[in-house]
Amino acid sequence: MTIWTVATALLSHWRRRPLQLGALMLGLALATALWSGVQAVNAEARASYARAAAALDQNGLAHLVSPHGRSIPRAAFVRLRRAGWNVSPVLEGEYRFGATRLRVIGIEPLTMPAETQTVDLRNAGDLLSFISPPGTLVVSPDTAEKIRGKTDLALRVSDRMPDGAAFVDIGLAERLLRRDGELTRIVIAENQRPGLEPLGTLAPALSVREPSAQSDVEHLTESFHLNLTAFGFLAFAVGLFIVYSTIGLAFEQRRPTFRTLRCLGVSLSALAVLLLAELVLFALAAAAAGVIIGYLIASLLLPGVAATLEGLYGASVPGTLSLRPEWWLSGFAIAVAGTLVSSTQSLLRLMRVPLLTAAQPQTWGRASQTGRRFQVLAAAALLGLSGALILWADGLQAGFGVLGCLLLGASLLLPAVLSGFLTLMQRASSGALVTWFWADARQQLPGLSLALMALLLALAANVGVGTMVSSFRLTFVGWLDQRLAAELYVAARNEPEADRLRAWLATKVESVLPISSVDVEIRGQPMQIFGVVDDPTYREHWPLIVGLPDVWDRVASGEGVLVNEQFWRRERLRIGDQLDLASDWKSTVVGVYSDYGNPKGQVIAGINALTSRYPEVSRLRYGLRVQPDQVPDLRSSLSDEFGLPPDNIVDQAALKEQSRRIFDRTFLVTGALNIFTLGVAALAMFSSLLTLSEMRLPQLAPVWAMGVTRRDLALLEVLRTLVLWLATFFTALPLGLALAWVLLAVVNVEAFGWRLPMHIFPYEWVRLGLVALAAAVVSIFIPLRRLAGLAPSELLKVFANER
Amino acid sequence: MKSYICDIVVNLAAMVIALRNLSKSYETAEGRLEVLRGINLDLGAGDSVALTGESGSGKSTLLHLVAGLDRPDAGEIVIGGRDISKLDDRGRAAYRRTEVGLVFQQFNLIPSLDVAANIAFHAKLAGRHDPAWENELVERLGVGTLLTRYPEQLSSGQQQRVAIGRTLAARPGLVLADEPTGNLDEANGDAVLDLMLSLSKGTGSTLLMVTHSQRLADRLDRQVHLRSGKIE
Amino acid sequence: MSVRSIAIAFAVMIMASLSGSQAAPQGFGGLSSAAEGFSVPQPGLLFRFPDDHGAHPDFRIEWWYLTANLEAPDGTQYGAQWTLFRSALAPREAKGWSSPQIWMGHAAVTTSEDHFVAERISRGGVGQAGVVAEPFSAWIDDWQMKGGDTPEADQLAELTLNATAKDFGYELRLSATGPLVPQGNNGYSVKSAQGQASYYYSQPFYAVTGSLALPTGNVDVTGKAWLDREWSSQPLAEDQTGWDWFSLHLDSGEKLMGFRLRDKGEGFTSATWITADGRPEPLPAGALQIVPVRTAKVAGGQIPVSWNLRIPSRGFEVTTQPLNDQAWMATSIPYWEGPITFGGSVGGRGYLEMTGY
Repeated sequence: MTIWTVATALLSHWRRRPLQLGALMLGLALATALWSGVQAVNAEARASYARAAAALDQNGLAHLVSPHGRSIPRAAFVRLRRAGWNVSPVLEGEYRFGATRLRVIGIEPLTMPAETQTVDLRNAGDLLSFISPPGTLVVSPDTAEKIRGKTDLALRVSDRMPDGAAFVDIGLAERLLRRDGELTRIVIAENQRPGLEPLGTLAPALSVREPSAQSDVEHLTESFHLNLTAFGFLAFAVGLFIVYSTIGLAFEQRRPTFRTLRCLGVSLSALAVLLLAELVLFALAAAAAGVIIGYLIASLLLPGVAATLEGLYGASVPGTLSLRPEWWLSGFAIAVAGTLVSSTQSLLRLMRVPLLTAAQPQTWGRASQTGRRFQVLAAAALLGLSGALILWADGLQAGFGVLGCLLLGASLLLPAVLSGFLTLMQRASSGALVTWFWADARQQLPGLSLALMALLLALAANVGVGTMVSSFRLTFVGWLDQRLAAELYVAARNEPEADRLRAWLATKVESVLPISSVDVEIRGQPMQIFGVVDDPTYREHWPLIVGLPDVWDRVASGEGVLVNEQFWRRERLRIGDQLDLASDWKSTVVGVYSDYGNPKGQVIAGINALTSRYPEVSRLRYGLRVQPDQVPDLRSSLSDEFGLPPDNIVDQAALKEQSRRIFDRTFLVTGALNIFTLGVAALAMFSSLLTLSEMRLPQLAPVWAMGVTRRDLALLEVLRTLVLWLATFFTALPLGLALAWVLLAVVNVEAFGWRLPMHIFPYEWVRLGLVALAAAVVSIFIPLRRLAGLAPSELLKVFANER
Repeated sequence: MKSYICDIVVNLAAMVIALRNLSKSYETAEGRLEVLRGINLDLGAGDSVALTGESGSGKSTLLHLVAGLDRPDAGEIVIGGRDISKLDDRGRAAYRRTEVGLVFQQFNLIPSLDVAANIAFHAKLAGRHDPAWENELVERLGVGTLLTRYPEQLSSGQQQRVAIGRTLAARPGLVLADEPTGNLDEANGDAVLDLMLSLSKGTGSTLLMVTHSQRLADRLDRQVHLRSGKIE
Repeated sequence: MSVRSIAIAFAVMIMASLSGSQAAPQGFGGLSSAAEGFSVPQPGLLFRFPDDHGAHPDFRIEWWYLTANLEAPDGTQYGAQWTLFRSALAPREAKGWSSPQIWMGHAAVTTSEDHFVAERISRGGVGQAGVVAEPFSAWIDDWQMKGGDTPEADQLAELTLNATAKDFGYELRLSATGPLVPQGNNGYSVKSAQGQASYYYSQPFYAVTGSLALPTGNVDVTGKAWLDREWSSQPLAEDQTGWDWFSLHLDSGEKLMGFRLRDKGEGFTSATWITADGRPEPLPAGALQIVPVRTAKVAGGQIPVSWNLRIPSRGFEVTTQPLNDQAWMATSIPYWEGPITFGGSVGGRGYLEMTGY
């Protein structure tokens, strides 16, 4: 009963200050929302990778593979079965249905271990039609939509199938992929009888790949998700600034209440427990709201993320979100943890302060001299650490370490920088009001510095990421122009048609560039080897980063190969290094080319070198060089002559457009997160200003009494806020550029494997500045209206004698 | 800001004050509270008048009305020949800036400015910044060693001396003081009062001081006693 | 695709009626009414060996079915089963995965306490499972039934047989002491009054030696075994729901094969009396009368495990007892299959198979 009485007294504070309560809850909810939204997106994507890997790769089980990515003879599978091994064969490859390339996975349903069975063939008729000719493709609903009408095979739609892949019977896979008697891997079931002859004796040419918790695509996309997490955390940290300042204020304002309660016999520990309970209660309520908002944010973000992952990594993630307990919990956990962290200082102060100290709301937020000095020292240490990390550490974690130290250090330094600036301005001014303006701004600084730090982080992140994305885009568009040099790209439907096509084209176009590739494993990584003909197109256009002077001659002669930048960096290759391309194929690295947007390593070899090792390589696709004005004619005669469907003939412009679209979608998410972060920072600013406006009266009343109108005072308040915003904005520019540099030169190299030149876009800064200004005006609007509309009697209370 | 320096209508000398049928009421939780009920009062130029009365008798309200901080419900406040109750917000601000000096019980210094800037503040606003006069005031108030300090670093007595300095540096025609020694001990209070009296006499200002202390009131030229919103 | 689904598929193809309610209606109806391009057994055809020991891909179903009554030196009784089923999705054979032939193997060992079961399923065409007539070999994965290497003798006269699973295994050597025995009318075995039939012959005269591998250790065994070979395309009539099948080694040296196909009425019984020198004497339909004596709760249902068999015309009347009531084949197509002993007008051992319960 007494507990309730005390609790009511404590809670009454919030009833009288609904805006403060609102700021606290909104700050916490938004912080949690951004965090859990990002977590939700990550969780969804990861779950989808795991699903796809479990479904498509059976990665929960060990496999037998051929070390050089060569196929495995079917007889090896039969030999293992006849030796008693419970194994199942898989044959997979890519197959085009019209314009849609599918990963075709041929399985043998009778031996496939039950735990990895994705396709539901529980109905006997389904099993029969799956294994009997003509055969069935089991695909996702989306994929079914894409290939409907492009194949005579029966389609079976399964919700459990990832997009872009099809399960077929292994017999059908052999026919589609023209790989009779071949297997790509052999799945080893967990359930084996004892006393088996070892695999090493039975299949000495094959190696066992152990089950992996992480799929290939999960590994590839790890950096992307780390990126998202870092952003989510940044937004959360920005949100915590609000929570921290609001809680601090609420504690200060309630100190008279605390004192009274303690005088009435409430023990300190009971008080602390009650306050803690109150905070946890708020945190839980805000977390619930935050997780719901986070869910909405995630649903908004997910299609963009899915498009990004598809574009960047070829990873298929559904665009819809399911509620997952892990991020519900993570949302609640981080909200409570964040609240407790933000309130530690206030709680500790409560414990330490003696019973009868007078309340001093004015001192709230006023940093002590030593505190400020400590802050500057910490900032210097953090900035130094980030420098040291750049110089001496590498890896993606180190990259994010650099970012973290840089941002935190800079934001800790901000109050000192602003204070110095304001002092200078104050010294330089002479008029009474002008001097007071600067002096007062400086005095307000401690109360606003948390919000300003949040603003700095948000602005710097915007500048940094914006610069990174724009630099990337500029480079990418230029690179596309080089890379997509052929005017028309055409794909034959089968090899005989390809033969006819080549013969026909020989007289019609300037040159025909075959696009042939094989999927192999080099240095344990899945790779593609492309074969190119000796053609001026490559010599003139192909974007080389480094290369020997006669690089194309060497490639054409089969003496050397080119590798893409990401493989070059990952493997720390040098020009002249030997590369094992297959068991019987070694070649020299003679050049490196940039290959943006490709997660995998790639090698370019002479077409003859490739076809002599892989005679069966598909030769269906070609790039055609013609005069640009002949493209429409050639296009129509191609479809007249060969009846090629439109999807099989793509011109350069369409391809570029498609690539650009993918690119733009790729950074949609980062853009959205940036805006959210800026929004949270504006909210932090708003809540700080609101808080300050309540404490401004004693400072403003004497000035008003000495003859400055309320309107002018309000105007000065606006100016003061804008000056602080502007100063912060200008501080954010160099910080943002530093951030961009770290992203481009450190994080991207680690995350994607390519390094990009940095370009500067001042116009974007202006735009950001305007957005920030608008936010500033919005954030000051309510506190200002309050001030301008203040009744004289409110101001007179300041002078009242009995206070 | 420029306007505050240029926009001066000065009647530095004879600040004659005439209050006619002044009344003021406030809305309170218990209903309408009549604070002043028909006040009539005349002050001659250079007069020093003590305004005494019980708590809640309306002393501070009367002072605030005369200072142009608030407006009466009815009646006239004629100061230097003008009825300031008819002025708008801007006009009353100009009046406060140029003609009135205020001394409060809580001192109400500007916390972000140091002592020197606080002393010069009102004079600069009033457009009468006079370093020589300010130096003299500093010397007479004995705050010369405190010029670079900030208000929070001063004792109460020191703060009130600075507040008096700030008021008199602007040479106002009318000094209004609301319990100026209420937060000071007796010795400090007496010293501060002495300074205020002698300095305002020196500048020829009219002084209206609210106090509930008969001892202080006795030291002024005249006493006006308020009871329940009326002059006795 | 669970193993269960494969089972159902198989059940549709082989013995739709036996797996009871789940898959029966259309599947069974369709299969039994028309052979859909498959060959149909005709009376009067003579077996040609060794070819007929091999697979007949133009028939829908076929099996190589061996049961053995075994005894350890200490007199402990055991039963062993090794079966290879073939089922065709289409009446042809092809190389590679496109083969429409599907194979299923069952192996079991029965003791008085336990019943061990294992199953294998495989596609044809790639060599994972199959049957070659000469030199005889029938296999699925590492299970094999292999003929002797004496080319002049019948391919089935000498067999080695093995199966290994997680918890049990066996290796048996079989030697025939009598001839192959055609069942029914010279190998044409009628299964219903409507004329459903199969080709059917047996080798009931094996003497067995070998060893069983059980969780408790290896056991050397000797005993008798019986091999059934049967193929058809339309084994059951539409209203038949299952069967009770007996293969009996009489102490007199004679053998008796008898079955009853159950339907809504009295059922259809058929039997062949085999003299000690291997001469079959097919009994007319209805000559064998079988009546359940005792049921036991097996796999959640009541199943008759003890039977009374009578052939009044021969003065034959015995009552059978299973070695283990719980000889339930918990395979994808579940059924009861286990060793039995019998006494009455004559004693002996044998095997009982009951499906469709």
